[in-house]
Amino acid sequence: MTERGDESAVPLPPPGTLANPGPRPPEELQRLERAWACPTGWRFLTVVNNSYVGVIYIGTAMLFFVLAGILGLLIRVQLAVPENDLIGHAAFNQYFTVHGTAMMFLFAVPMMEAFGVYLLPAILGARDLPFPRLSAYAYWTYLIGGLAFFASLLFRLAPDGGWFMYPPLTSYVFSPDVNADIWLLGIGFIEIAAIAGAIEMVVGVLRTRAPGMSLDKMPIYAWALLVLAGMIIFAFPAIIVATILLELERAFHWPFFMAEKGGDPLLWQHLFWFFGHPEVYIIFLPAAGLVSLMVPALARHPLVGYRWIVLAIVGTGFISFGLWVHHMFTTGIPTLSLAFFSAASMAVSVPSGIQVFSWIATFGRGRITWTVPSLFILGFLFIFVLGGLTGVMVAVIPFDWQVHDTYFVVAHFHYVLIGGMVFPLFAALYYWWPQLNGQTLSHRLGVWAFGLMFAGFNIAFFPMHLTGLLGMPRRVYTYPAGLGWEWLNMISTLGAFILAAGVALVLFDMLRRFGLRGRVDADPWDAGTLEWLPSDNYGTRSIPLVHTRDPLWEQPDLARQVDAGHHFLPGPVTAAGRETLITSPLDARPQYVMRLPGPTWVPLLAAVTTAAFFLLLAFKLVAIAIVAGVLTVVLYCVWMWGSDQGEDEPPVDIGAGIRLPVDRSGPQSHSWWGVVTLLLVDGTGFAALVWSYVFLWTVSPEVWPAGDARMAPLWWLAAGAALWVAAGGCFAWARRALRRNAHGMLRLALLAGLGVMGAAYAATLYPQWGVAGLDPTEDAYAAIVFALLSWQGFHVGVLTVMVLYTLARSLSGRLHAQRRLTFDNTMLMWGYMVGQGLVVIGLIHLFPRAVG
Amino acid sequence: MASRPRRPPLRPPARRPAAMIAAAAPAFLLSACGGSQSALHPAGTAARDIFEITLVLFIGGALIFVGVMAIAAYAVLARPERFRGGIGWILGGGVAFPVVVLFALQVYEFAMTRRIVAAGTPVDLTIEVTGVMWWWDVRYPDAGRGLDGVDGNRELRTANEIVVPAGRRVEFVLTTRDVIHSFWMPTLAGKLDMIPGHVNRLTLVADTPGVYRGQCAEFCGAQHALMAFDVIVLEPDAFDAWVRHRLQPPAEPRDELAARGRDAFLEAGCGACHAVRGTPATGTLGPDLTHVGSRLTLGAGVFPNSVGALAGWIASARHLKPENRMPSFDVLDGVTLRAIAAYLAELK
Repeated sequence: MTERGDESAVPLPPPGTLANPGPRPPEELQRLERAWACPTGWRFLTVVNNSYVGVIYIGTAMLFFVLAGILGLLIRVQLAVPENDLIGHAAFNQYFTVHGTAMMFLFAVPMMEAFGVYLLPAILGARDLPFPRLSAYAYWTYLIGGLAFFASLLFRLAPDGGWFMYPPLTSYVFSPDVNADIWLLGIGFIEIAAIAGAIEMVVGVLRTRAPGMSLDKMPIYAWALLVLAGMIIFAFPAIIVATILLELERAFHWPFFMAEKGGDPLLWQHLFWFFGHPEVYIIFLPAAGLVSLMVPALARHPLVGYRWIVLAIVGTGFISFGLWVHHMFTTGIPTLSLAFFSAASMAVSVPSGIQVFSWIATFGRGRITWTVPSLFILGFLFIFVLGGLTGVMVAVIPFDWQVHDTYFVVAHFHYVLIGGMVFPLFAALYYWWPQLNGQTLSHRLGVWAFGLMFAGFNIAFFPMHLTGLLGMPRRVYTYPAGLGWEWLNMISTLGAFILAAGVALVLFDMLRRFGLRGRVDADPWDAGTLEWLPSDNYGTRSIPLVHTRDPLWEQPDLARQVDAGHHFLPGPVTAAGRETLITSPLDARPQYVMRLPGPTWVPLLAAVTTAAFFLLLAFKLVAIAIVAGVLTVVLYCVWMWGSDQGEDEPPVDIGAGIRLPVDRSGPQSHSWWGVVTLLLVDGTGFAALVWSYVFLWTVSPEVWPAGDARMAPLWWLAAGAALWVAAGGCFAWARRALRRNAHGMLRLALLAGLGVMGAAYAATLYPQWGVAGLDPTEDAYAAIVFALLSWQGFHVGVLTVMVLYTLARSLSGRLHAQRRLTFDNTMLMWGYMVGQGLVVIGLIHLFPRAVG
Repeated sequence: MASRPRRPPLRPPARRPAAMIAAAAPAFLLSACGGSQSALHPAGTAARDIFEITLVLFIGGALIFVGVMAIAAYAVLARPERFRGGIGWILGGGVAFPVVVLFALQVYEFAMTRRIVAAGTPVDLTIEVTGVMWWWDVRYPDAGRGLDGVDGNRELRTANEIVVPAGRRVEFVLTTRDVIHSFWMPTLAGKLDMIPGHVNRLTLVADTPGVYRGQCAEFCGAQHALMAFDVIVLEPDAFDAWVRHRLQPPAEPRDELAARGRDAFLEAGCGACHAVRGTPATGTLGPDLTHVGSRLTLGAGVFPNSVGALAGWIASARHLKPENRMPSFDVLDGVTLRAIAAYLAELK
């Protein structure tokens, strides 16, 4: 059998084929229902099914939206009149920091991930996401982390450095208390959730589409999630590295950002905004994807310019990485380099323009239905276009010199974020609400809510454009009378409360009508996409064969056929009971049947210990934190133990005469794709760290070693590099042994690999402090060298656990030539780690010599 | 939470008669709406250029917005049969139109940026401003250069006030003593950050004499909101007179109270942080007080200056501006406090 992705996929039957035309055995549906039954009572906490995790995920994001919104109202109350002393400076500075941070990291990004968790399988025709427990784990860490983050406000320990936390204000000299650590901690949780989300989306979109749904037929929303995942993979590592460096500086005084020791505060700004700007599109693109999913149904016309929208989404993804310096126009960077970023910032409005005109044209070609989602989408168009225009304005360098960090910018980003994300979100909540229990939300209340939100939003934020031009900086807890700001602020405060009243109305209606029902067959909008097929906990009864972009419109009788089990995989085919189809990445030909895990406590428990680990570390309770950390690792191992069952089941019949294997190993498996995605994140993080090294050198070449002073002799490089290569060799040896089922040899090779890896790391680490005598607190050079060494050390630690786990699998007879996912994944990580080790040791030894 | 005493109302120096400045500079023209911090009220060439670009952006933006909304309204309201074209809208409205408009805008923008950057050179006067949590240290390193009757280059140091000659090319050398601040005088020019380890240079030409206001624009901790300063643009002659006057050490105390105040000032250790030229007080941790009596405001653009405000500030600086580095000297008895205030108010 070949290991290449597409070639083992079976050909698709011709369009219109019924895979299982005959009547289904009556007990089949019961078996399907039993396999996918939702746990009840306390055991509901063990749920991993995306339909349930998605709903509580969305609900939690809503909760944080409300909490952060209340902080926003408090900010507006304080600023309603000049010289107000209702809220003191300390509380105010915490409120706006938590408001911004929570809206971005605890509401906007998680909300978009939550919608992905909830909707993605349904629009692709899959029964669940490829890694249900991972989503549950990400959700629970997010819930606990988010609650802890808000709780810090009650103890007046909340972060108070602004949501972008510029050092040196946020470093240990000027923020010695725990507040800034709480921020870093909160970000840590969202990093976990985001990366988990990215893995789900990449593998979900590329491997779990319904047969026949080739890339050019999948809904725009799936494209948006795919690009979103790509952006998370390449943007989040920058913030991960930035937060690690800042925490190292805060905890151990390694001076990455301290100018007097060769560091540079601008390093933080570059890393933060390299993440921070794509972040805006991480929020906007999926929201726009939701709009592209709703507009055709609401206008009763297929989306105009499908291919242009795909191009626009992919284009936005790329361009968004070339914009970050437009947040730094006032830092004194030479105007010539600013010009590039100004041009790119304007260029990004082209793909947005394409999408806007595509929606307009779709409304034009179709006939709008006057429903609440339609209102919110029209409101979104109004607000977002206005925010886009002010976005072009702030991309104009001299104009930005005036309005940067003023209320003009506050107005601008609320227009693009509330316009670009919150209004589409509310449209989506109204649009997909019937999926919960078949009911629609109240039209009358919805119209009122829209009116209040739309009017309130514009009353609150439009005047801020002027407030900013009149000179009011952002983040001030008070301001004097007499500068012309009084009335504008009062109007903004009034508008904010009107906006809040609209939100409250929606929440009221939702709470009134909340209820979850497994079986739903409502299609109130006569939509064309697969999520409106009759569905239950298991998704659709059978997995449809798709050959159009709007299957429910263009494939008549599809709903009935699917529900009667006439399409693929109409019932459980293995003992596990929960299965879904894995298809090929480009044209979605069936490849294998994937078994899915059912309810389990492990994600919740692992999330609790993970959260405990980070929280305890923030409060410097290192000993208990380590216990929590070890428990987390143990739980990960328990989690994984039941996976990798090998190809132990015979091939199964999914209909249309197609027999597919159950689970797969090698590059075809979903698990391999997941690990590769994770390694992309990892590699990008390492690249950000190497970039930081070079950046710090360009800023402070004087702290870099000149000549042989503070350098270990070159033979250390030779020894270390040889050992890293040897460590790689050990794994090649183990791989050969596994292929021949030589188990003793395999274990020996793994153990040897561990030993050689340890030696390689020692030969990389020791010379830096033992021979070169570096002290990471001394200057930025030593600090960044030790950051690289620590990064590699972390990987050595992870690999040690993975190799020991692989050994345990081998000793318990769970590892052999046909059951080797564990080994393959460990091997992927191992190969990456060896390569990274070579780069680390090479950089440390050769870079100073090359430039010195 | 401990009860927080009410601050006296913050008031911009807006309508305060600039009598003290007028004394030093008879030709001073008081601006009708002085104290402005508005970018829409330009008093310098850079701010004027940016004001022009602001108008272009606002008018252009409004037209485009109305146009797009009109198309959207038509698309939504017109019958499908009457709405022609599909991809054409995307290519025309989403691609061609923005590309053309943005290209034109960019040509205009880059020309404007160049002009603003070039306008301040060659430099006639250098002013060094250092941001400190939460006030501004201001130095004129070569203030006396070229002035009759002034021997050579003499440094002039002040705080929380920036006096600029109209019509001369001024370079601001911007640094920070602690965290990142951003130096912003909206009526004169755009803002520029003060970043540890970096020296940023802002060049500008002020063209309209008057009193304006500036403020820190980058969040810099607890009292970021109360980190402002006065900007005074003087006619060139008046500016030279101001420099001459400010280069002199302040006169000796005129009455007994002020003399007593001077002694108490030195005795209480104020000189550890503050400097008054011509006295043993030479501290640099806090604002230079050599001519504090002639400043428009106290506490970094927060309170209008007066004997009473000086006394209030000395007695309760920590309460008026919490977390700032100046202790509240609430142990001083009333007479001593008044004496010190009287002494400082005389430093003109």
